[in-house]
Parts: sequence; C-alpha cells; structure tokens
Amino acid sequence: MKNSVLLGALTVAGLAAGAAAAGTLDDVKARGTLNCGVTTGLVGFAAPDANGVWEGFDVGVCRAVAAAVLGDPMAVEFVPTTGQTRFTALASGEIDFLARNTTWTFSRDVDLKFEFTGVNYYDGQGFMVPRDLGVSSAKDLDGATVCIQTGTTTELNLADFFRSNNISYEPVPIETNAEAQQQYLAGACDVYTTDASGLAATRATFEAPGDHVLLPEIISKEPLGPLVRHGDNEWADVTRWTLNALITAEELGVTSANIAELSAGTNNPEINRLLGTEGELGAMLGLEADWAKNAIMAGGNYGELFEKNIGENTPIGLARGLNAMWTEGGLIYSPPFR
Amino acid sequence: MTTLTDPPKASFRLSQLIYDTRYRSITIQVIAMILVVLGLYWLVNNTIQNLSALGKDFNFGFLTQPAGYDINQRLIEYTSQSTHFRAAIVGILNTLLVAFLGCILATIIGVFVGVLRLSKNWVVSRLMSVYVEGFRNVPLLLWIIAIFAIMTESMPQPRDFKVGGDAAMILGDSVAVTNRGVYVPGVVFENGLLGAPLLNWLLVAAVLIASLFVIRIVRRRADATQESTGIRPTTWYQQLALLIVPTGALLFLMGAHLQIPYIKGFNFTDGVHLRNSLIALWIALSLYTGAFIAEIVRSGILAISKGQSEAAAALGLRPSRTMNLVILPQAMRVIIPPLISQYLNLTKNSSLAIAVGYMDVRATLGGITINQTGRELEGILLMAAFYLLLSLTISGVMNVYNNRTQLQER
Repeated sequence: MKNSVLLGALTVAGLAAGAAAAGTLDDVKARGTLNCGVTTGLVGFAAPDANGVWEGFDVGVCRAVAAAVLGDPMAVEFVPTTGQTRFTALASGEIDFLARNTTWTFSRDVDLKFEFTGVNYYDGQGFMVPRDLGVSSAKDLDGATVCIQTGTTTELNLADFFRSNNISYEPVPIETNAEAQQQYLAGACDVYTTDASGLAATRATFEAPGDHVLLPEIISKEPLGPLVRHGDNEWADVTRWTLNALITAEELGVTSANIAELSAGTNNPEINRLLGTEGELGAMLGLEADWAKNAIMAGGNYGELFEKNIGENTPIGLARGLNAMWTEGGLIYSPPFR
Repeated sequence: MTTLTDPPKASFRLSQLIYDTRYRSITIQVIAMILVVLGLYWLVNNTIQNLSALGKDFNFGFLTQPAGYDINQRLIEYTSQSTHFRAAIVGILNTLLVAFLGCILATIIGVFVGVLRLSKNWVVSRLMSVYVEGFRNVPLLLWIIAIFAIMTESMPQPRDFKVGGDAAMILGDSVAVTNRGVYVPGVVFENGLLGAPLLNWLLVAAVLIASLFVIRIVRRRADATQESTGIRPTTWYQQLALLIVPTGALLFLMGAHLQIPYIKGFNFTDGVHLRNSLIALWIALSLYTGAFIAEIVRSGILAISKGQSEAAAALGLRPSRTMNLVILPQAMRVIIPPLISQYLNLTKNSSLAIAVGYMDVRATLGGITINQTGRELEGILLMAAFYLLLSLTISGVMNVYNNRTQLQER
C-alpha cells in the first residue's frame, strides 16, 4: 500500500529508467529475465501456488513472452501490483510488461501513454451478492454498500451505473482482491463488484460458492489485455505477436501435444511460418526462428491456457463465451502470420 | 626611537581560500551552495527531459476535469461529476477532520496516562507503562489494521438489526454498532438559515464562540468588582444564560432536532454514520500518539522541582489541585515544544488512511486521481505542498501558543 507513495516519488527519480527503456527488448535479453507485472493474487489469472510458483491465465502470457524472447518460460520475475500501483510500475520501468486484467481504454492508451498489445480476455463488470440477501437485479441495489477496488475502470463504471439509474450506494474503497474478499465475506459490504471473470475466480475460492450469486447485469465492456510503455514499437511488436501466436496456434490446431511433430514441417505454410520452419518472421522481430514455438510450448496455445486456468473444468468454471475463436462465434481473432 | 611602519600590505593569495581560517568557511559555503544548485538543476532538468521522452507534459489542467469516482465520506457537496479539484478538497477536509479529532483525543489520553504513570499506585503506574511501551514499540499501521479488523470481523452486520435479527441497538435504541461503522443520532436543521449543513454548523460554532467571549467579559468584570469592593457578584446564572440562550435560540430558529438512525433496506439511514475506517484511524492514531504524549507529559512533570509540590502541600493543597494549579502549568513550558512535533507526526501519519480505505487527501488526490489521470508528478507535488502548508500552519499556531505560555522575563 505504501508502495504507491514510494513509487510515485520514485517516478521523478526513476524516470531515468523510463528514458533508458527505449530498447526494452535488448534490456530483457541482457538481463536474462522478464519483469512482468501481475495482480497481487487472483486465482486463475495470477496467483502463486503452494510452492510459490506463479500460475494462471495472465501468468501464461508472461511466460509465453519470456519463452519467445529468452527461450525459457521460467525466466520471469513477477512483480505483484495493485490497481493503483500498476501504471506507475510500468511507466517507471520497474516492469517491462503488464499482464494484469487491465482494461483497454482510450485514456490509458492515449493519455497515460501506454500501448495495449491485444486482448486476452473480453470481460464486463458484474456484481456479486450473498444469495440470502434476496437480490435478483443490480437495479435493486439502492442504498447498498459496495466494495470496489480503487484506481480501476470498474470504480468509474460503478459511479456511472448508479448515477444513470438514479439510485444511491456507499462505496467502500479497497486495494486488493484479497482485501475485498475478506470485507465481503465479513459482511462489511453487501456487494462486491469487479470484472465478471474476477468475481467468478474469487467466488471459486469461497468455502461455499453456492451461497453467492452473480447478478445478471453486465454494466460495461472490459477488454482485458497486456500492455507496454508507449513509444517502444519493437517491444510492443514482440508482445503483440506472441499473444497472436498463441491465438493463431489454437486456430490452426497447434497444441503443446502436437507441436514437436508439427515443427518438423507441414503442408500448411502458415503453420510453417508460425513455427519458424519457413520464412524469417522471428528474425523480423529480432528473435530466434523458433520464438513462437517456444511461446506455445510454454503453456499451450490460447485455448489450452484458457481451459487449464479458468475454463469450465476448473473451479473457476468460465465458459468460452465471447472468448471463443472467431471461427466458433467468439471474438478471439489474430491477424495472419505472413 | 621608534618608527612607525605601515603593516605589511595584505596581498591576497588564492591558497588563502583554503588555508586561511578567515576565508575557509566562506569557501566551503560557496562550494556547497554551488553543488546544491547544480544538484537541483540536474533533478529538474532530468525530470523535464524524461517527461518529454515519455511524451507527457506538466500541467494542472486535470484538476478541472470531472473526477468520475464517488467518495463515501464527504463533508462538502460532492458527486462523481464534480472536478478532481473538488475531490482533492473533500480529501483534504477528511484529512483535517481525522487529524483534528486525533490531536484532541491523543492529548487527553497523553495527559491522563502521563500523570497516572507517575502515580504512587503500583498497579496503575505499571498498567500505564504497559500501554505506553506497547503502543510506542509496535508500528502504527498494525494498530490501524488491528482495530479495523476487530470492528469489521466481530461486530454484527446491519441486516442482523432487522426484525428477527440477533443484534440490537444500544442506548435506548439510538446507537447501532455495526461492522460498517457506528450509527449515532444526528442533529438536522429543518429550515437551515444557510444553504449547506456545514455552513449552518459554522454559524452555530460562531455564535457559541461569541457567547464564550461575552462570558469572559462578565468574569473580568466580576474580577474587577471583587478587587475594588472585596465582594464577588454572583454571575453564574448570567454565564449559564449567555452559554445556552443564544445558541439555543439559533438552533430553535433553524428547527434543529435529533434524527435517530433506523434500518432501511441494506443500511441504516438518517443519523450520523461514523465509518469503521474513520474510527479505526482515529482511535489508532490517538492511542499511538497518546503514548508519545504521555512520555512528554511525564518528562515535563518530572522537570518541575520537588520543592514546588512540597510547597503546595505545605499550603494545604490537595494533590489533585497541586497537579492542576502548580505542577501542570509549569510543566506546560517543557511539554509544548515536543508536543508540537507529536501533532505534526499525527497529522502526517493520517496518510496511512489508505490501509483501511479512509478517503483522505492521499486516497483522493494522491490515489485515485493520480491513477485515473496519470498525473503522478503534479499530484504528488500538490500533496506535498498541502502537507507542508498544513505542518507549517500547525507548528506556527502552536509556537504562538508556546510563546504565550513561556516564562515572561523582563
């Protein structure tokens, strides 16, 4: 919590690092590790397991980038950030890459000088309430106490939603998801609101998940994606195309199971270009020819990452929904590898 | 015979700047000055360069933009459509509120504990030692979080107060202690003379202060009469009337009445809601700083020579009057200077509010506003300026008081 003050002050001094970060790709290669900003803990997206190894859907993106750049998915230094500290950490150069359920918005892209390099989860803001409260719609929440993570887009959407529906609420600002969970379970707030995926992930960790319901209203668009600093186009390209490689791999049927076989060469030229047996896509990015192969092998393609961390067979149990491939009626779509 | 010769003409050599004690101190100061200026220049220049490298500019225009977020505790009118500047003011007022409440409670606790720690009663003095050492040696943040956790985890939820719930309001069904805070009856003005409740309260305070001034004049006059005639006129009924009548009349005029909180929907409505975050921060700051003030008070009392209390005892003064009339007034001269720094500490420590989600200036201007607008440098500078100004004000006012309590020597 005090971090953000420190970071704020350090931005002044630490901007030197920002200026030196013009070549983030070279910095990461020279350092041998990727500094990746993640949440302080949201099961399924980014949380350390019992052995202290970070895992999750956002962590998978970090590992894929590390594998693409350094050839080693474990060469990642995870930096936990809160809703408030994340942008300062990225702007000051403390992290190279932020993969932390961050919503792509106009002002963050344009005014805060960040570069979103894709969307790895299409989300929307929802509400969770205890079942015995008997609430069936967010419009019934007049006068409710709402736990909300500060410094997020959800905070602004919440204000807009209650304002436009002409009902009142009492916001309880909190810093991290863990804190929100504790406050919500203690009954210090009636409602917890954040991205619907985050609510599902949080509810999955409850002792009695069935006692809590997600209200039907989704009150915003929250395209969540990784981002880097503005102005370093080479680095932005590396991270953008790593995510695209994971998506394309699912589309082309390249999985961590068959990748060894496919990387020997296939009849499909796009698979060959993706896996580096044809063309020079890797060299164009300033990476090895097998960069995308390494990225996919790190945790599987996009669909595998989804199923393993947050999919329907996990406790979090999110359906693909909007996050299905474009070929299956979803929004997940990668530009072609050529 | 003696001849007067001119003293050898002082020819200034460059080496004198270092070896001659007359010049050395100036040389060192000049060099230090140059280094400081260079350092400042480097910092500012570096910042400007790096800001432009990041494509950012330096401007305070964001303060006039709509803030977009809500604040739960606001002493002035504020909605999510208000500007970031207004959000900052709301935060500043919240900081001032908790600092003010904290300083008062910490002083009361400190004076009590400081005096009791010198008590001859072994149990009392040991208990006070435990309190002082316990609070001085554990970080403030832990106390804030601990008190907040106790409030949140162990108190009933508002819906437990509904009919059939297992919690009940106390003090004649007027106060509800919940895990969201304490709801107490509040005074509302049916027909306020001024627009905002805050202004009405200020009006009441102004009238009250004016009455106190008049009461002082009455007392002075009684003193003068007593000195000239030897008989003190009875003035207590005048004083009482002066205290009650004007304020009471004003409150009546504004239609003031008590509003008792009651449960409606999800929460209690009406009354005053003292949020957990405010209570936790207030109590923790007061207990923590109170421990330091207790030590200051103790040292101040110990600084007064024993002869003073012996002389008072010889006059037949009871111990409590000795303390109030003889020891403490003298001890104040020792106590006030370090007390000023404790007030400053408390005020600055209130920025730990972020730990419990109390919306002080650090949480509004220095937190959400910075985060939503990306204006770290401007926000932090404004916040630093505010804390600087506040600290200087507190220390200035307290120093005026200090000068007035100092021994006047002629």
